[in-house]
Amino acid sequence: MLWGLSAMSQAPDFNIDYVANLSRLALTPEEKEKFSQQLGDVLHHIEQLTKVDVTGVEPTAHAFPVENVWAEDVARPGLSVADALRNAPAQRENMISVPKVVE
Amino acid sequence: MSSELFYQTISSLAAQLAAKKLTAVELMQAVIARTKAVDGRVQAFNSYDEADALAQAAASDTRRAAGQARGPLDGIPIGLKDVIAVAGQPLTASSKMLANFVSPYDATVTRKLKEQAGAVVWGRLNCDEFAMGSSNENSAFRPVSNPWDLTRVPGGSSGGSAAALAAGAAIATLGSDTGGSIRQPAALCGTVGLKPTYGLISRYGLIAFASSLDQIGPFARTVEDAAIVLGAIAGHDPLDSTSFNAPVPDYRSDLAAKKGPWKLGIPKEYFAEGLDPEVGAAVEAAIAYYKKQGCEIKEVSLTNTQSCLDTYYIIATAEASSNLARYDGIRYGHRSKSATDAIDIYAKSRAEGFGAEVKRRIILGTYVLSSGYYDAYYLRAQKVRTLIRQDFLNAYKEVDALLTPTSPIPAFKIGEKSDPLALYLCDIYTIGVNLAGLPAMSVPCGFTKSGLPIGLQLIGQPFQEANLMAIARSYEQAHDWHSKHPVL
Repeated sequence: MLWGLSAMSQAPDFNIDYVANLSRLALTPEEKEKFSQQLGDVLHHIEQLTKVDVTGVEPTAHAFPVENVWAEDVARPGLSVADALRNAPAQRENMISVPKVVE
Repeated sequence: MSSELFYQTISSLAAQLAAKKLTAVELMQAVIARTKAVDGRVQAFNSYDEADALAQAAASDTRRAAGQARGPLDGIPIGLKDVIAVAGQPLTASSKMLANFVSPYDATVTRKLKEQAGAVVWGRLNCDEFAMGSSNENSAFRPVSNPWDLTRVPGGSSGGSAAALAAGAAIATLGSDTGGSIRQPAALCGTVGLKPTYGLISRYGLIAFASSLDQIGPFARTVEDAAIVLGAIAGHDPLDSTSFNAPVPDYRSDLAAKKGPWKLGIPKEYFAEGLDPEVGAAVEAAIAYYKKQGCEIKEVSLTNTQSCLDTYYIIATAEASSNLARYDGIRYGHRSKSATDAIDIYAKSRAEGFGAEVKRRIILGTYVLSSGYYDAYYLRAQKVRTLIRQDFLNAYKEVDALLTPTSPIPAFKIGEKSDPLALYLCDIYTIGVNLAGLPAMSVPCGFTKSGLPIGLQLIGQPFQEANLMAIARSYEQAHDWHSKHPVL
C-alpha cells in the first residue's frame, strides 16, 4: 500500500464523545461510529510522524518569520448597524437575540 | 487560437478592448451566454448576478471612452471562488452553514480587481465546503463536473474556478490553495494555476481554513494571463498582518525579460510508487524539453516528503478547528430551530450546518490540539514542518526551481473515491509547498489516451514568482496544450 497506508479501525485513546463535545458538534450515533473508524485510519497513518527525529528542531508556526505588526490606534469607519445585523439569525431593537442564558 | 470570445486570453481580449474592436459589454454578454449554455452540465457556479456584471462592464466601457481605462484587466470577467468576499453578493463557502449569507464587505483582492484593475467580478464559484477536499464532491449544494469528461471530478477544492475557466464561463478566475486546491484542479482541468508565496496576497476577506497555509491565487489560460492577474492582486495590505511588505514587481514584463537556461531539480521522492504511468511519461517529456533547451537537470532529494501528508493533516485540521469555531449560530450563519439553550445552539447549529468532511476535520483538529495530545501531534508536526521547509531551501542552494507532477493521477470518476484517506493522497505532490510557504504552479503538459489533461508542477523560490513563471512560459510557448479546449 502507498506509504504504509492500511486499514485500522481504532486509534489509541480516541474518544469520539469527548472530542465531539469539545468541538461543539451534536453528532448522530451513525456519525460517531463512521467518524471513529475513518479517523482511526487517519490517526494510524499519522503515527508515522513519531518515527521522525525532531531532536533540537524548532517548530515552524509560519513559513516566514512574522514580526509583531503594529497598527496606528486610529478610528476607522466600520460596518453600519444594519450591515452588521444583516446576517444575524434573529434580531430585535438593533441587537442579536438569543435564547435566555441566565435565569 | 479559438475564435470564440469566451475562450480567448486576457492579453488578446485586452488588445481588442484597447483597439475599440470589442466592448466590455459584448465580452460579458458572450461569457453570460456561454455560462448559460454549459453550466447546467458543469455546475461550476453557486450563483451569478447578470445585471451586476453587465453594469460593471458598462462602467468599464464608459471609463475607456473617457480615456480612463485602468490597464489590461479593465472589462475582463473574472470569476471568484465562493470563499472570497464580494460586497452585496452571497458568500457561502459551498456550505449550508452560510447558505443565506450576504457579504457586507469586499475582500482586498476583490477591491483591487474592481477598483484598481477595473475587472468585472463575475459569479460565485462552487468549491468543496470550506475549501476542504480534492474533488469538489464536498460541496453542500452540488458537485462540479470536469468539462473534459462530465462523469469525472474537476479536482478541488477550487474545482468550480478551474472548471468555469476550462468551460469558457470566465476569462480568468481566483481560487485559494491550502494544500493544492489551485494547482490540482488546474492540472485536472487543463488550465494554468498559480499558488503564490505565502504572504504575497492579502487574505483579508478570504474565508479562513488554515491560516498559516491558505493563499489566494489565479487560474488562467496562459502563464502571461496568470502574471497579469497576479500583478493586480499582489501586494501589502495593512488588513492582513501576515501580508508581505515589499513593492510588487511588474510580473508581465519581468516574465518576458527572464531567459534560461535554468538549473532545474527533480525530487526523486515525487516519482515513486502511486504515480500514474501516463502522468509520469508526460512529466518526463517536459523534463526532456528543458534538457534540450540547455537547462541543467539535477536529481534532488526532499527527504521528509513521506511526512508531508501527516504533518499537513495535523496542522491544517488544527487551524481549521480553531477558525471554524466562529460558526456558532449566534451572529451569522445557520441557527438550529430545535435548540433550547446557548450550548445547544452551538452543537446543533454546527451539526446541521456542516457537512461530513468539515465535521471530520474539526474533530481531528480538536483532538490533536486537546489536552495531553498537543505535544505528540501538533508541536511535533510543527517541528517536522521545519524539516520539510529546510529540505526545499537546501535544494534551492543547487537549483532555481523544481519540476514534479501536480497530481499523481488524472481526473477520476465522481463517486470513485469514498474513503477520506484515499482522497487525501491526491494531494501528496502539492502539500509540501504549502507547508514550506513556497510559490508553485501547474501548467498543462499533455493529455492521457482517453483525453484527460495532465499538469506539470513547477515549484519556485520564495517571492521569485517572475522567475517561476518565466520557466513555465518557456515550456508553454514550445507546446500547444494550452490552446486546446473541451467539447461541450
